[in-house]
Amino acid sequence: MFFLDILSGVLLLVGVFFGFTGALGLFRFPDFFTRVHAASVTESIASILILTGLMLQTQFDLNTAKLIFILLFLMITSPTASHALAKSARHGGLLSIPESKKKKENS
Amino acid sequence: MAVLIDLVLLSMLALTALRIIFLKDLFAVVMLFGIYSFLSALIFINLDAVDVAFTEAAVGAGISTVLMLSTLALTGRKEKESKHSSILPFLVVTVTGAALIYGTIDMPPFGDANNPIHQHVAPRYIEQSPVEVGLPNMVTSVLASYRGFDTLGETVVVFAAMIGVLTLLSVRRKEDDEAPDSGLKSHRVLHVVAKIIIPFVILFALYVQFHGDYGPGGGFQAGVIAAAAIILYALVFGLPMALRVISPKFLQILAPLGVLLYASVGIYSMFMGGNFLDYNKLAHDPVHGQHYGIIIIELGVGITVFAVMLSIFYAFASQAERRNVS
Repeated sequence: MFFLDILSGVLLLVGVFFGFTGALGLFRFPDFFTRVHAASVTESIASILILTGLMLQTQFDLNTAKLIFILLFLMITSPTASHALAKSARHGGLLSIPESKKKKENS
Repeated sequence: MAVLIDLVLLSMLALTALRIIFLKDLFAVVMLFGIYSFLSALIFINLDAVDVAFTEAAVGAGISTVLMLSTLALTGRKEKESKHSSILPFLVVTVTGAALIYGTIDMPPFGDANNPIHQHVAPRYIEQSPVEVGLPNMVTSVLASYRGFDTLGETVVVFAAMIGVLTLLSVRRKEDDEAPDSGLKSHRVLHVVAKIIIPFVILFALYVQFHGDYGPGGGFQAGVIAAAAIILYALVFGLPMALRVISPKFLQILAPLGVLLYASVGIYSMFMGGNFLDYNKLAHDPVHGQHYGIIIIELGVGITVFAVMLSIFYAFASQAERRNVS
């Protein structure tokens, strides 16, 4: 059990680190697409690590199964949400930074 | 630790509220309202009120955000500049706020076991409900059995909300909806994921509906979750498709049906010789009667809430769609 505790602690810490970098990127990155990328880091890798860390803290019973279901659900929905967000921004005509630079040079 | 979490959550709640006041972009305000509801749900969880947190997350952050967004599609996303002076409203708000804060001074200390709220009817519910009602989830016992009459009133209020909305905004169907056009036709990924998710959402709604006696959940949450599944379908595949799956006419039958189901349990128990909503008379064994009664009235609540939420969404969304077409 001692080994599992250490492993879960490490997973939780790394997950928190990725969550923090995601939040930092959301504020510091220059344009919409890079920010969506930062936000999707929070909801993909950070949530996977944190939920796995929490799974190791359970007694491997119904709670573990619930956490696995939450993880599966998040892994299906949150990349889809990021994708839909980025795609509708594209659809609305938003350009990334290199593209808008190119457009400026051409005009 | 719990106090620390409460402090952090409450200060985030205050910051969100302040931001909502000062923002002029209504789209961002709606998103912040969603965050506000999630934060309140977290506070409820910290207070061990899981059922309330569940409702807050489903209704406050889920459905009402969608409804407010569809309202924004009708009204536009910028707040109009007010021409009136804001001194008088500010004065009124300050005086009311000061009176409310003055009122909190008289409140009993937070979390004290000798508070009136813990001394009045709560001990009876905690001691007697396992014997009288026999449900593991005490919240459901109180909501559906001891306070069954109040819950009937709440269900009627939800039903009245639907009547109000449908009087003002009727659900408009285009006559020539031969080729249902989706707003997100090119979103192949969204289509696939929505098709995977929607059956599970409906399954989860049924679980919440019928597991409400044993864990957090019940008719209100289940109705909202089931409505959310259909709303997701309408958002991804287009409103005409959703109108074909569940028509507004059908919902207008379902909504009163739920209320009537609830009330008829009360009438039936009167015929069996008890009081209104006295579930003890529903079966030979009082505890069994309680179980039957609670399951049926929760079903009534779930049906009504589902129909009402979906009708309100249809009413708003069909108006927005009509505006886009014309």
